[in-house]
Amino acid sequence: MSEVRSVDRVVIRFAGDSGDGMQLTGDRFTSDTAQLGNDFSTLPNFPAEIRAPAGTVAGVSSFQVHFADFDIRTPGDRPDVLVAMNPAALKANLHDLPRGAVILADTADFTTRNLAKVGYPADPLTDGTLDAYEVHALDLTGLAVAAVAPFGLGRKDAARTKNMFALGLLTWLYSRPEQGTLDFLARKFAGKPDIRDANVAAFKAGYAYGETTEVFTARYQVAPAPTPPGTYRQITGNTALAYGLMAGAAKAGLQLFLGAYPITPASDVLHILSRTKDHGVITFQAEDEIAAVGAALGASYAGALGVTSTSGPGMALKMETISLAVMLELPLVICDVQRAGPATGMPTKTEQADLFQAVFGRHGEAPLPVIAAQSPGDCFDTAVEAVRIALTYRTPVILLSDGYLGNGAEPWAVPNLADLPAIDPGFATEVPADGEFLPYSRDDKLARPLAVPGTPGMEHRIGGIEKAAGTGNVSYDPDNHEHMVRLRQAKVEGIADTLAPLQVDDPSEAARVLVVGWGSSYGPISAAARRVRLSGRPVATLHLRHLNPLPHDLGAILRSYDRVIVPEMNLGQLAMILRARYLVDCESYSRVRGLPISLSELAEDLIAIIDGKDGR
Amino acid sequence: MTATTSSGLSGVPLALTPLNRKDFTSDQEVRWCPGCGDYAVLAAFQGLMPQLGIRRENTVIVSGIGCSSRFPYYVDSYGMHSIHGRAPAIATGVATARDDLAVWVITGDGDALSIGGNHLIHALRRNVNITILLFNNRIYGLTKGQYSPTSELGKVTKSTPVGSVDYPFNPISLALGAEAGFVARTIDSDRAHLTEVLTAAVAHRGAALVEIYQNCPIFNDDAFLELKGPKAPGVIRLVDGQPVTFGPDGARSVVRRTDGSLEVVDTADADPARVVVHDARADDPTAAFALSRLTDTGVLQQAPIGIFRDVDRPSFDDGVREQVEMPSPAERLTALQGLLNGSDTWTVN
Repeated sequence: MSEVRSVDRVVIRFAGDSGDGMQLTGDRFTSDTAQLGNDFSTLPNFPAEIRAPAGTVAGVSSFQVHFADFDIRTPGDRPDVLVAMNPAALKANLHDLPRGAVILADTADFTTRNLAKVGYPADPLTDGTLDAYEVHALDLTGLAVAAVAPFGLGRKDAARTKNMFALGLLTWLYSRPEQGTLDFLARKFAGKPDIRDANVAAFKAGYAYGETTEVFTARYQVAPAPTPPGTYRQITGNTALAYGLMAGAAKAGLQLFLGAYPITPASDVLHILSRTKDHGVITFQAEDEIAAVGAALGASYAGALGVTSTSGPGMALKMETISLAVMLELPLVICDVQRAGPATGMPTKTEQADLFQAVFGRHGEAPLPVIAAQSPGDCFDTAVEAVRIALTYRTPVILLSDGYLGNGAEPWAVPNLADLPAIDPGFATEVPADGEFLPYSRDDKLARPLAVPGTPGMEHRIGGIEKAAGTGNVSYDPDNHEHMVRLRQAKVEGIADTLAPLQVDDPSEAARVLVVGWGSSYGPISAAARRVRLSGRPVATLHLRHLNPLPHDLGAILRSYDRVIVPEMNLGQLAMILRARYLVDCESYSRVRGLPISLSELAEDLIAIIDGKDGR
Repeated sequence: MTATTSSGLSGVPLALTPLNRKDFTSDQEVRWCPGCGDYAVLAAFQGLMPQLGIRRENTVIVSGIGCSSRFPYYVDSYGMHSIHGRAPAIATGVATARDDLAVWVITGDGDALSIGGNHLIHALRRNVNITILLFNNRIYGLTKGQYSPTSELGKVTKSTPVGSVDYPFNPISLALGAEAGFVARTIDSDRAHLTEVLTAAVAHRGAALVEIYQNCPIFNDDAFLELKGPKAPGVIRLVDGQPVTFGPDGARSVVRRTDGSLEVVDTADADPARVVVHDARADDPTAAFALSRLTDTGVLQQAPIGIFRDVDRPSFDDGVREQVEMPSPAERLTALQGLLNGSDTWTVN
């Protein structure tokens, strides 16, 4: 029996060919980890090609999971364990491994031909290349094929169970419960008993292999993370986003109408909402991005809650319609799950470079609220807030997520819908006492009354031509245009009046360096700050959810620090906005690698900044 | 709530008291050029609406950009003057979200066939329950006289001073190719025909496309001169179930060649067995398409008008609504809470 060692955190990366089932394997391992009460964070990373050429570096698909007995914020930079199903997976991931990391490699695919395909002149498993690592070279495929022999599968199907063998082995190695995966396989292959039984056999064989052989001298356990009481589940950002939109619509008592066109990495929002027709949700897969937002706007006009989901290139196409929504002052929620651009860029890789597009990307003076989610679970709250702002202020709202948040998963305290405040769409239904309905009159928030078609006595026309204040009739009057331009601006700026005071995180209360982030950089920034503080140095962090309008108290906070560092996955877009707005010398810290910012690198760089050794 | 029995308008509540054309006239001054064909269409529309018997507040007109797209401002119903080419997309959202609205799209040849071509063909093939009035004046009017996707080859305009070199669309052929269930053509100068075709279009459940030949007196005057008046020799009136003959005393007939294509011959020389009998209800659009090809591609001397195709098939928005269930507000929150909980939760005490 192997010794059991307790560790506080582990990062595992499963890597193989696109068709090797690595996403599924990682997802299963994460579910079992969730059941143990560990905190966790995941990072799926896959090629845009559905089946890239087998055995090539370009075709490698990986899934990284970070789990710990404490509150973690990122999927981790450097894996402690790499499961490499072929030479390409090793080649593509080796540079991320720290010395001493464990490599579990499937030798079945380390053939001369496969090695040559990725440029290995000799077998790295045996030629000394991996001397700095703890290498376990096993014929995972052969072992799996042997385990499933009784089921009479063809060679190809038998070999495909190798991912379950690997999962079984890792399940043993990290003391995860087996039942979740067994239940999952029973459900997934309910209609194919042979395949089901073979996968179960491979999984169990992997587990038993760890237990009975002495390949691994120790197995590991990670204790549950201290967590506030509550009911938890794992959730991806795209799922949380879809559910948040549903919750907002339900709280407002409105039908949810999603207009969308398939685009990576936002398509899951369309998929998830398409499965919820029994919840009063209409999904419309449009002919293009423009029609998707157009139909959503039409649905909003008709009294539903119109929503559209997309990524950067789709945002560009939707902008004319979003400008119309600004002019019409109709509620609309636009979700941008950002990816690396420009153009097709790297569709499956993450980035935060649509901030300028969201804040400024329209023609004319077309202000609208922009808010961003900071973690997968936070996509839920952000979506509910987007719905509330859109309906309260009669305005399109842009919600920024990104590929990392959308596909990444974390534990999520399931909210109680009864605790969410109701949202009042406040449609106009009664003709005013003086008999005239004025669609472009204003309430105390500068929002206009909305009368939906079918409401008698309030028939009126709206359109993209400038409107006369009050009546909404076509107007080319110069003074009226100036009034309306400023009014639309003031309406959006007024949202800042309702924002809660910003919370600066600085346990020392002595920090002179402030790190400001937005969106998914929350994870790396807060994890890096923790590391900096552990080194004995004070550092303050501030995370912005509201990017337009910016909170009233932001300027004073920025001015109270010696240095303000703004890490972003772009070339300094928020930094530029902050500098322009507040005349504070905010310093951009930018990374555009299609990956989350490295927390260890950020921590090192922050330490240098705090110590005054960064050369500035 | 009483609904009309007309299929295209079923679900739309009936007016409690009879309405008249004034009820559909807004307080906005109509600002088309004097002599514009748009006036005739607006008048026919305002005359037709009270006849439909539906509530005014349940009428929604969505338009794009162009001269004709100012139309919604002049009708006292709900309306949206949107952006160039996108009206069919916006109307799809309106019609899908609500089954109790009569949804009209007002568009032009540039709006529907150029910048908005994609939305038009997809609204037609999806069969959204909307009625599309395509004002075809074969020119860009609002931008002051550039050639449009229906202008004839060689058209001399501001942007084609030595003549255009691109081939025009035949909107009827395009709509039939896009699988539209209702396709018709009418002309601004024939009020009775205009009203008759619009009446049939709105009664059709699903997407209905009506091309309206509409004269632009400023930038393309007399484009339809040869088709004007009850005795215009080039007008081929399509009447369901009737032989396709036209001209003075029915002097000309449309006959089918042995290869299936159509030709126009003198009735006196025509083999009666080969004279085409119009069947707008034919499931196969081939015959309707062949009729649409009798339209001149150049300067118009000859064109069929009337209903080319009128066939029933389930509409998109009805199909969507059939799949969607809206629970009561309380049930909705309970069901959503169940979805949030999912099947794989754990509890921390």
